[in-house]
Amino acid sequence: MIRATNLSVAIHGTPILQNVSLDIAAGQIVGLVGESGSGKSMTALAMMGLLPDGAVAKGAIQLFEEDLLQTDERRLCAMRGQEIGMIFQEPMTALNPVQTIGDQVSETLTVHGAANGDAARKIARDRLDRVGLGHIGMAAFPHELSGGQRQRVCIAAAIALRPKLLIADEPTTALDVTTQAQILDLLRELSRSEDMALLLITHDLAVVAGMADHVAVMRNGEIVEQGATSTVMRDRAHPYTRALFAASAHQPEQTDMPVSDAILEVRNVVRIYPGRRNGLQRGSPLRAVDGVSFALKKGESLGLVGESGCGKSTLTRAILGLDPIQGGSIVLSGNPVTPHMPRRQRAAIQVVFQDPYGSFNPRWRVARIVAEPFHLLPRRPPDWRDQVADALSAVQLAPGDMKKYPHEFSGGQRQRIAIARALITKPDVLVLDEAVSALDVRIRAQVLDLLADLRARLGLSYLFISHDLTVVRAITDRVLVMQSGRIVERGETPEVFDAPNHPYTQALIAAAPRLDDVENAGDIDA
Amino acid sequence: MIPRALVFGAVPTLFFIAAAGLSFLWVPHDVTDLSIADRLQPMSAEYLLGTDQFGRDILSMLMVGARTSIAVALVAVGIGIGLGVPLGLAAAALRGSLLDEIIMRANDLVFAFPSLVIAILITAVFGPSAVNAILAIGIFNIPVFARVARGGAMSLWTLDYVLAARTAGKGRSRISIEHILPNIANLLVVQATIQFSLGILAEAALSYVGLGAQPPTPSWGRMLAEAQTMIYTHPMLAILPGLAIVLMVLGLNLLGDGLRDLLDPRLRRVRS
Amino acid sequence: MLAYLLGRFSSLCLSLLVASIVIFAVVEIVPGDPAAFMLGLNATEENVAALRAELGLTGSVTARYFGWLGGMLSGDFGMSYTYRIPVSELVLDRIWVSLPLAVYALVLSTLLAFPLGMMAAAYRGQAMDVGVMSATQLGIAIPNFWFGMLLQTLFAVVLQWVPAGGFPGWENPGAAFVSLTLPAIALALPQAAILARVMRSALIDTLSQDYIRTARAKGLSQRQAVVRHALRNALIPALTILGLQFSFLLAGAIIIENVFFLPGLGRLIFQGITQRDLIVVESVTMLLVFAVIFVTFLVDVAYAIVDPRLRRR
Repeated sequence: MIRATNLSVAIHGTPILQNVSLDIAAGQIVGLVGESGSGKSMTALAMMGLLPDGAVAKGAIQLFEEDLLQTDERRLCAMRGQEIGMIFQEPMTALNPVQTIGDQVSETLTVHGAANGDAARKIARDRLDRVGLGHIGMAAFPHELSGGQRQRVCIAAAIALRPKLLIADEPTTALDVTTQAQILDLLRELSRSEDMALLLITHDLAVVAGMADHVAVMRNGEIVEQGATSTVMRDRAHPYTRALFAASAHQPEQTDMPVSDAILEVRNVVRIYPGRRNGLQRGSPLRAVDGVSFALKKGESLGLVGESGCGKSTLTRAILGLDPIQGGSIVLSGNPVTPHMPRRQRAAIQVVFQDPYGSFNPRWRVARIVAEPFHLLPRRPPDWRDQVADALSAVQLAPGDMKKYPHEFSGGQRQRIAIARALITKPDVLVLDEAVSALDVRIRAQVLDLLADLRARLGLSYLFISHDLTVVRAITDRVLVMQSGRIVERGETPEVFDAPNHPYTQALIAAAPRLDDVENAGDIDA
Repeated sequence: MIPRALVFGAVPTLFFIAAAGLSFLWVPHDVTDLSIADRLQPMSAEYLLGTDQFGRDILSMLMVGARTSIAVALVAVGIGIGLGVPLGLAAAALRGSLLDEIIMRANDLVFAFPSLVIAILITAVFGPSAVNAILAIGIFNIPVFARVARGGAMSLWTLDYVLAARTAGKGRSRISIEHILPNIANLLVVQATIQFSLGILAEAALSYVGLGAQPPTPSWGRMLAEAQTMIYTHPMLAILPGLAIVLMVLGLNLLGDGLRDLLDPRLRRVRS
Repeated sequence: MLAYLLGRFSSLCLSLLVASIVIFAVVEIVPGDPAAFMLGLNATEENVAALRAELGLTGSVTARYFGWLGGMLSGDFGMSYTYRIPVSELVLDRIWVSLPLAVYALVLSTLLAFPLGMMAAAYRGQAMDVGVMSATQLGIAIPNFWFGMLLQTLFAVVLQWVPAGGFPGWENPGAAFVSLTLPAIALALPQAAILARVMRSALIDTLSQDYIRTARAKGLSQRQAVVRHALRNALIPALTILGLQFSFLLAGAIIIENVFFLPGLGRLIFQGITQRDLIVVESVTMLLVFAVIFVTFLVDVAYAIVDPRLRRR
């Protein structure tokens, strides 16, 4: 139905796509996988005729009999929304904030002259019902909806005219895992029941594995391998595909550590946020952490999983002694953790954050960045430069990197710098707050290996906070599951993952796309 | 790559600053020297830009006037930065606290006042003088810088490197100075050039209505006021000081645009 | 929505209260004895005492403040010392010059700026954009009173199309309108330059938003996406500037009135200043501040209409 042949795109002379050929049949679900910057999104925009200014496309994109690259803008406008619909990654910003969702869905109909006024609103209502928003009024504004609901509105607007092809560009990357599962189910079901082809673009192999009939793997603007999903999953003909798979399922080698007494104890911790200040009044307070207790043993790797808004970040800040708590206690090596704890105690618990770009003052050199926690010692050690060099070596960076600025490093290297900074005061406990979540899968595997290695060598204890169940399973001994400010389940990691007790844990694990299912399925097919 | 706007802006700005500086050491003619014999001379080798109705040399007047304009605007910007930036930083560091609320409310309040009207009121009551003009303009720079500093600082406070500094045991004021201030310096520099140019305009307006620097200190605004009665017969008297104001303000605005492009790597990437 | 409006309204009242205290303090407390200030250095004790009694300046500071505030609320602005008539009469006379002038300039500025800003954004980076941006850069740098002088020289003296200044009164609406035209243009042009730049950057900003891409994916042309989605969002920052402009226009009007010899509030203030008629200065300043703060409030109300996210608060 739509076929890209030798599609090449260059922006201001820089090649972005090279000889991409992709064929999507009616009603088929095609997955396009690759790491960031591989050209997945550009392929989709080329198919929509929405390439950015300065882009030059060569080759052909046939939609039925027409070559979209030769079609004029007027005709392309008629096709968009009618023949091809598209949804994007960021549902929070994809809708016009000052227009009702009803108007935004019916706009697809009115702009193509398919229906007007009440007729258009009637169809829009029907489409909103169809994507599972039957309980939401047409007059709602985007800011009144959750991320998942907004993505459903986007889908409703995209499918309002029953296009032959829906392009979904990372449609669930910004969403929680249970919401992701619901959106993916909806997309799969829409594709099947409306006989609509779906081009699903994602960085997550597991998502594609569970959804697509056909999969194409992209790297550096080229499709390195494509074919029926089961075949690609089984054969992994191209080395890059193999590397991606290996990294996705990567299990760092864990040395069994002698686990002894609790080093960090969290008892009945309560964190209440005062309500939003509105003039002189305040809204009602929010119990973000509601009676959480656990112990982290020396040498242990403890996972804390939960979806956004469950309170895990708030808990992290309390454990780091950044925010006061309103109830309970946090004890580190026998001493209480508070915002006013002595510096020496603060040195014993350090943190690595998620965002490899926001983690460093862009005006500081690496040496100063890594040495910043020396502030916690009575005085900076005279051999601090040697210690920084050692810390950089420990995370497999060159001591010469000390003189560089953060922007000279890649995302993975930045996370290594962040780890070096966290280790410089030789802490007992390392809090890893979504520390690998922003990394591409192959880089992620390397950083996980590094973390496992450091733990074995330095006898560290990890508190590993993440929404990503695969990663938590790979690197933790025990796991806590958090929902709405409470720990709802805890236990040895393999046991919790294999036999979850709490319904929420069950839902989380069921929702998480996993590769091993497909591997098994592939085996059965073979 | 140096933005073109920066060059175009720097040339007139530096030109006027140099002229103002030179006026301390040397001017072609003494500006307090009134000689009726030499009144309303056309441009000549003796009087490069001619003389006014009191026989004063226009070029010398413009040079000393530049000094007045620049001094008033510069000190007014200094007041804005000196008081506004610490307030903005404090408000951002203690976001949501009562102090933040008070600072921002006070800011809104000052913003709501028509600045020129209040400046007129202040200079009228306290007596017209350059110092009072500086105060009247400077007061309204405080909330501008407080708002810019707070806005820039707030987005930085959510970044992980600030959290990392806190886990390194650093306090809010230390973080504000070490991490926040250097990273909002771009914004402040750009805002400073904008406020500088607005200060030049405000000073010209105040001295035009007789509420700025007092005679015999020359100022561009008063030169315009004095030229008004002569404008039909000797339009140059009104055109020259006006052009000086326009060039100076234009230069500063271009300089601000250029600095923003130069200092903001995000914008630079988009442009290249 | 109602909570938001109530909040803004209480903020309006608070601003006015603080403004009145500041103005009262500056005028009646800082100079020491206002009556002595008004009469100047040569006044005798008896003269000062007589004037104090005449102007109602006896009694404690708080009593005087509340007397003044109460008078303002009931439309009594006090007596002018120079004219010996109620200030309210003076103001009523003059406001029909200043207010039409500010509104005229605001309309001109908006009519000029919105299309220019939109065109510059639509043809971003092209000759049209560069031209508009250069012109606005120049427009911002021109002091409005100097521009007024130039306009006056060109159109009134050289071409003799319009009178050089003065105001014939509204009995003759055509002539009144003509006499306000040059001052309004002089006021509007620099403001239009600022507004056009804000409009352009707001539009460019909204055009890069994700929802524009969504709209394009639904099949809207670039033009439709701009008209249906970008404009209303770009209006939010433009509204802010428009509100601020009223303040600038009003203050600018004070100075422009001097250039064109218009008998407006600006002339009244300056006459008040030169004649040390503090009561006039005080009341007219308060009136101008009230106008500006009230317009800020109207802008806040307009926000709530344009931006549904505010209505929830």
